[in-house]
Amino acid sequence: MKLNYLEFEQPIAELEEKIEELRNVGTDNEINISEEITRLEAKSQSLTESIFSSLNPWQVAQLARHPQRPYTLDFIELIFTDFDELHGDRYFGDDPAVVGGTARMEGKPIMVIGHQKGRDTKEKVRRNFGMPRPEGYRKALRLMEMAERFRLPIITFIDTPGAYPGIDAEERGQSEAIARNLMAMARLRTPIICTVIGEGGSGGALAIGVGDRVMMLQYSTYSVISPEGCASILWKSAEKAKEAAAALGITSERLKELGLVDEVIDEPLGGAHRNVDRTAEVLKATLVSALEQLEAMPLEELLAKREEKLMAFGNFTIRTK
Amino acid sequence: MSWFEKLIPSKIRTEGKHKKNVPEGLWTKCADCNAILYRVEVERNLEVCPKCGHHMRIGARKRLETFLDPEPREEIGDDLEPVDALKFKDSKKYKDRLTQAQKNTKERDALIVIKGQVKNVPLVAAAFEFRFMGGSMGSVVGERFVRAVNTSVENHIPLICFSASGGARMQEALFSLMQMAKTSAALAVMREKGIPYISVMTDPTMGGVTASLAMLGDINLAEPKALIGFAGPRVIQQTVRETLPEGFQRSEFLLEHGVLDMITDRRDMRDRIAGLLDKLGYSTQKS
Repeated sequence: MKLNYLEFEQPIAELEEKIEELRNVGTDNEINISEEITRLEAKSQSLTESIFSSLNPWQVAQLARHPQRPYTLDFIELIFTDFDELHGDRYFGDDPAVVGGTARMEGKPIMVIGHQKGRDTKEKVRRNFGMPRPEGYRKALRLMEMAERFRLPIITFIDTPGAYPGIDAEERGQSEAIARNLMAMARLRTPIICTVIGEGGSGGALAIGVGDRVMMLQYSTYSVISPEGCASILWKSAEKAKEAAAALGITSERLKELGLVDEVIDEPLGGAHRNVDRTAEVLKATLVSALEQLEAMPLEELLAKREEKLMAFGNFTIRTK
Repeated sequence: MSWFEKLIPSKIRTEGKHKKNVPEGLWTKCADCNAILYRVEVERNLEVCPKCGHHMRIGARKRLETFLDPEPREEIGDDLEPVDALKFKDSKKYKDRLTQAQKNTKERDALIVIKGQVKNVPLVAAAFEFRFMGGSMGSVVGERFVRAVNTSVENHIPLICFSASGGARMQEALFSLMQMAKTSAALAVMREKGIPYISVMTDPTMGGVTASLAMLGDINLAEPKALIGFAGPRVIQQTVRETLPEGFQRSEFLLEHGVLDMITDRRDMRDRIAGLLDKLGYSTQKS
């Protein structure tokens, strides 16, 4: 697969192009250029390291939306076995922007649910760019309640620009669907592990994001509003998205610091899309160990801890009268 | 000036624009029917236009003042104050925005909670102050709401919440998003205990507040013609590039689509809520 380079990766892209050219020349040239290629490859590596060691939040946002970033179904295939996709909310329809079903993780049955984006244009449209309608959230809730009945732990993957802002979505109660999930997930009697794998877009992300453990892939983002949306409201210009991204503190590193996420999962150098297998491997190991810890806890304690964690969110001072 | 106007003695001649000669604050104009209204009368009528019934926005304190019985009253969580933990700065510092909002509204944050009574039925009532940064939900709003829920649970008394909010408070970034989870979780506990929660949506109730505490009432009420939704009409318009249907995201539209239980006139609110609570087992007659 040919890599897509982002704007800030252009120096790497140019170097890689040069290496590619040399390789092609190499076959019909008697000069030994393999040394030169090795030298350039090392340079490319160190250039990547240096660029990725100091990414700004806006650059991370672009990585989180990278067109080649692994999506929920990619991770499902690499992490689980025996996935049975379960469809429909039983009220209105089946929303392809949310996928879910039973599967096994190292042999153990689980329920997996995630936002799903499309890879090519046709698929993107079918998946509505990963923006769910109410039926997507209601399907998720149906599956989560089923998981509770059959004592399956729930694993969710978050990757959405946000809940779909459309006429039909509003007509069918987008707000109610999200709110109900928040209320239900707070009390589901089974462990819940949520991982932001790409874009964590506001309420549309949170609607499958309330759990005992909330984790983020290193270059994913989680935010109350998109940097562009925030910029256009507060700065009155979408051009200020870079500033908004910084102010909102949307990166995994910052959110871990603030205590809003529990764990950050490292990605390979250059981002998850550079080595999807490796990313899935690390993610799987983290999921397995998190689940082990949660399952070791008595259910009542698990629920009490979840409540305690939710109630602790917030910053305020108490004025002495 | 027409020949007719020239005939009128200058004393009774008007400029055509009423505003100029009217003393500040004595008269007001209905935004819906354009009737010129006597301010005192509008206030007496709970900020509802006496001519057409249009519900104007009403401040949180005034709302609770007129909703609750005069006695007893106890404010909950008024010792909580917002902090700018993220040092958020856009075109203005969040800290300065807070100071400004506090000065303008005389409130510390956008939610007011009072434990009191309606027709002698003890309950907890909360109201959003829309003039405080658009009634946006940050950490203090979330915490005060949770304390309202907890007070209801501890005392086994109903909770009523009047929402008027633009949604989550951007300046508190992800902390504000998490208030959606926090308030909803508190309501989940309350629901398990079988204590009634009545949500009253007023103009406007949007975004993260609609998609959490506002939609989770055992009974969802709304005032007439209130704008209620998840995404704002402008965002939807930009996304779908279609004209929005007539009355889109108004209370009547939501009622028709099954999201609301009923639409209630502000002037009937006390009676209606007392009547509902009575049937749910919270009556004025003490056993």
